[in-house]
Amino acid sequence: MRTATLGQLQADRQAKRRVVLATWLDGGDERLIYPDEPATDAVSAAALQAASDDRSGIVELPQGKVFLHVFNPPLRLVVVGAVHIAQPLSRMAALAGYDVTVIDPRGKFGTSDRFPGVMLSNDWPDEGLTAFKPDARTAIVTLTHDPKLDDPALAAAVRSAAFYVGALGSRGTHGKRLQRLERDGLGAAELARIRGPVGLDIGAKSPAEIAVSILAEITLALRGGPKTAKQAA
Amino acid sequence: MDDANLGGRADDDKVLEQAAEWRAAGRGVALATVFETWGSSPRPVGSQLVVDASGAFLGSVSGGCIEGAVILEAQRAIAERKPRLLSFGVTNEMAWEVGLACGGKVQVYVEPVE
Repeated sequence: MRTATLGQLQADRQAKRRVVLATWLDGGDERLIYPDEPATDAVSAAALQAASDDRSGIVELPQGKVFLHVFNPPLRLVVVGAVHIAQPLSRMAALAGYDVTVIDPRGKFGTSDRFPGVMLSNDWPDEGLTAFKPDARTAIVTLTHDPKLDDPALAAAVRSAAFYVGALGSRGTHGKRLQRLERDGLGAAELARIRGPVGLDIGAKSPAEIAVSILAEITLALRGGPKTAKQAA
Repeated sequence: MDDANLGGRADDDKVLEQAAEWRAAGRGVALATVFETWGSSPRPVGSQLVVDASGAFLGSVSGGCIEGAVILEAQRAIAERKPRLLSFGVTNEMAWEVGLACGGKVQVYVEPVE
């Protein structure tokens, strides 16, 4: 790799720009391709596909065998509610590669003392979420238990492109929540996007264990691999 | 940096950062990248390892089974200023020395940064 290519790649990643590094297997020729720009040839078309699949790999093209290395911006997790569970969840999610943002308009909850190294927003949840522009690499979890905070956040979440939307609360709480959201005009397909009670059923009790179950469910939604299909069959 | 920011992606991020730093310091540097995997290989396609001329390294391309061999080849790539494509796995003649314990196969591209 040329040092100049490495420098440009680093600059792109710092700017959180989607970029694909194409390396030709014979001779090591290389090129940076930006999936947010229109494809101009077979290599850039293949790179766009690889970026949208989030899958690096070798492709065989008329121009030769090319390795496409996808550098997508980090996964993002938005946690609504700077509550106790949010503390282990934000730390674990950061370890798993997520940029974490915690939204809580109650200033005393969302402090940098309680959430070191996490982005904090004191916006109202639906405004904070809309400003955040959730994309297909974003997961959203509501944890406040408070309908006036969780409900508007969930309404905004299910109308976004987020790949995962979860809401903390018992089965009963969740049932009532769905009724309220339906009255507020959400359709069946939108309501079905909300995972509740949140998290995989692993018998989690402590805040850290509940964080594990939530992060496991998010991972399943993101990856859902062959092992999952086998177990479900 | 807070420890919440360390971890899987952070490690991968650090590899290219380290490569750039070592280059800026005038060191010989090579990057190793997993190009292809078959079966149950421990690190996904795109995983990277950076090596300098002295053999110092950061990152991983397997669960630790082939790193030693990859580092040696990286040092050769730096000295010869030529990339190479390495194969590891059960069908490889190197399997006796450095084969993957998991039974998978992996192809690793090693290239000098210059």
